[in-house]
Amino acid sequence: MPPRAALEAVPSRTAPPGTGVEEVSSVLSRVAEALFWMGRYVERADDTARLLDAFLHRMVEDPWTDEVAACRSLLGVLGLEPYASDAPTVDATVRRVALDADSPSSIAGALLLARENARGVREVVSSELWECLNATRHDLLGSDASPELLGPGDFLARVRERAALFCGLADATLSRDEGWRFLVLGRSLERADMTARLLSVLVSGTGPLPDRTTLLRAAGAEESFLRTYGGAAGTERAVEFLVLDRLFPRSVLHALSTAEECLVALAPVAAERTGVADRARRPIGRLRTRLEYADVSTVGHELPVLLADLGAACSQATDALARRYFTDAPLAPWEGR
Amino acid sequence: MADIFDTYRPAQAWDEMFSAPGVPRAPYSAVFAALQRLGATDLRHRADQVARLFTDRGVTFAFAGGEQPFPLDQIPRVLAAREWDEITRGVAQRIRALEAFLADVYGRGRVLDDGVVPRALVLTSPHFHRAAAGIEPPGGVRVHVGGIDLVRDEEGRFRVLEDNVRIPSGVSYVIENRRAGTRLFPGIFAEQRVRAVDAYPERLLAALRATAPEGVTDPTAVVLTPGRYNAAYFEHTLLARLMGIPLVEGRDLECRGNRVYMRTTRGRRPVHVIYRRVDDDFLDPLHFRGDSLLGTPGLLNAARAGNVTLANAVGNGVADDKLLYTYVPELIRYYLAEEPVLHNVETYRLDGPERVAWVLEHANELVLKPVDGSGGKGIVIGPHADDATLATLRAAVAADPRGWIAQRPVALSTAPTLIGDRLEPRHLDLRPFAVNDGTDIWLLPGGLTRVALPEGQLVVNSSQGGGSKDTWVLSDEDGPAVPAPRPTALVPAARAVRDHQPSPFGADAGADAAQQ
Repeated sequence: MPPRAALEAVPSRTAPPGTGVEEVSSVLSRVAEALFWMGRYVERADDTARLLDAFLHRMVEDPWTDEVAACRSLLGVLGLEPYASDAPTVDATVRRVALDADSPSSIAGALLLARENARGVREVVSSELWECLNATRHDLLGSDASPELLGPGDFLARVRERAALFCGLADATLSRDEGWRFLVLGRSLERADMTARLLSVLVSGTGPLPDRTTLLRAAGAEESFLRTYGGAAGTERAVEFLVLDRLFPRSVLHALSTAEECLVALAPVAAERTGVADRARRPIGRLRTRLEYADVSTVGHELPVLLADLGAACSQATDALARRYFTDAPLAPWEGR
Repeated sequence: MADIFDTYRPAQAWDEMFSAPGVPRAPYSAVFAALQRLGATDLRHRADQVARLFTDRGVTFAFAGGEQPFPLDQIPRVLAAREWDEITRGVAQRIRALEAFLADVYGRGRVLDDGVVPRALVLTSPHFHRAAAGIEPPGGVRVHVGGIDLVRDEEGRFRVLEDNVRIPSGVSYVIENRRAGTRLFPGIFAEQRVRAVDAYPERLLAALRATAPEGVTDPTAVVLTPGRYNAAYFEHTLLARLMGIPLVEGRDLECRGNRVYMRTTRGRRPVHVIYRRVDDDFLDPLHFRGDSLLGTPGLLNAARAGNVTLANAVGNGVADDKLLYTYVPELIRYYLAEEPVLHNVETYRLDGPERVAWVLEHANELVLKPVDGSGGKGIVIGPHADDATLATLRAAVAADPRGWIAQRPVALSTAPTLIGDRLEPRHLDLRPFAVNDGTDIWLLPGGLTRVALPEGQLVVNSSQGGGSKDTWVLSDEDGPAVPAPRPTALVPAARAVRDHQPSPFGADAGADAAQQ
């Protein structure tokens, strides 16, 4: 054992004394979980707004579209059941996708859940970030009438603005600590999942196939794509772009790479000689490498399998995260006398 | 010139702002001058702005199932330096006496042996917890944060209405009110020497760290909240954020081997000081309510083992029992050998059959308070009560005299308050906050002024339709203005040259192109 003086000479922490911060920053499990889901729900609201906006454009621009089938297809992509009626109308579908406050898959529901999560961790996130989500609730969802007054186009534009504000504030005001990584991780997984859902329209075989523009617009990728490949490129190129592009931040590959970076930073491993022990990282990393080294010409063929695997990988990773990081006390009542 | 004060008629009480109609008291002269320039609609507009600001910032309290912004009245309450000095001495004295009393009843019990306070009073108090007996808190501090409610009587003297040494709340509104106030009236703050309130979180954290268990050199402190559904949740988050310490819920903590840990993404981390905002009854299901999901089993044992500091300590409620309140002046003489700086409101104990009979007979002229009520619950103002209420009250008092005290109704002081588009007198009180670090008792300059918004209402509480006012303590005329101006050395020398994009947008070439 080294002499005591030697022990004391070694600074035991890198953070300034008095802050209670240890060498490796850590957050409460409950807080990590809230940040992860906050990231997911804001991204979900954003992506869903883009998707719904593209869908509405299509319905307006192309009056020959089979309305009922298109509505079913959209609801199916988002994992929503249509309302009781057999033939969903555009109006009912918009209501369901945008305003259903009780469904975590709708825009309103996702924003409310993001806000509730933020509310539980107000002391951790910056107050601007909390105010952004809190004001969103009051402005956008405060009274039932407001989205209807705004009209869907305006409402969806504001949702995207709010999501952008959230991301900008997170970027500008949060420390790049562990909590930040959970936020970005949630956002990236949701983004990969939403792009996969969007593309699943192409392989599901139900409903009218979206054209290239609708597909790209729904992923917020239209302009980026046109600048990269020009207007002559077809739907197959668009799929390739949405799945494999290394530079576009909303592509599946980009989202998975970001998620993997977060997971590596959360559980740094000095030297694992074989394998990866992190169960959350394994499915993500596997899929990322698969996309990284994919034969571009066959991606179209393999799309059905790929999308199924992608959905599975996202939920496996989420489960593993919950088990590893988010466990807290079981909520069973304490049996006292 | 007509101004908003023209129609203001002071009520039958001490008016904080005016000594006579149209004649402001000295501390208010600057506020009076500034407000005269504003119209009522102007004030209304600002009030709406504040409500909006508070809603966005989430400065709310839970009310009737929703989140309500806490109403902030625009017109500040101003206290002169001399008045504040008296309050500071009086509150600190009271806290010292209550600390001594708590140490005594959970220790040797001298005060009971000497008959200063009847043993029965302590033993029948629902907040006297035997489980806390024998625990010696680090630094000897049990009241880390105390809130002493003061009112001003008809002659303008401050009197103590009640003591809160369990988990007094409201300090977040002091901080937020000031933030809103400086935004709305930047001019007045520049002219006035108003003492700042932003040192509170720093002071509280220092006190929490100073009272950490012995031998812990760099303690980890946390704020323990019952959760987001608690009425004061906003305050818990604000304090945690401003102190820069984790906000935990009961389920985030666990006790092992009489030590407390919090669950993090990197496993368990030790916790040394818990600023808990969970009531005694819910704090530790091992000792108190077994069905509580808000607390953590084992906290009290960890505190007894000296491994964790609970702030405030368990069992403090015995000192803010309203029946004990009647003994506080004697406690001050007994423990401190001093005369009380601040007096109680005249109060009658119901400690004999004759006294009970007298109180029952005069119930319509007295204020009757349940001894362990908080938030204004159960208080009956005799002169305002109807016959049915009085009959119910008499029955309740006769059945349980230990459960009640009677007080002379004090016409609480009033201050001009914006009601609709007019200024009207409304009753108010003052809750100064004291922080005890074991060597010194510090008062947050100002405290929370609560206003009863309904006309004539004497119970001032947010759960009873109350609002609040920013509370200004003026510093001495000769003293430095606070906040002090920053030393110039901290201001970086201005750089004369800024970076610019060279020839923006190819200015020359573009101009030519446009000509074609």
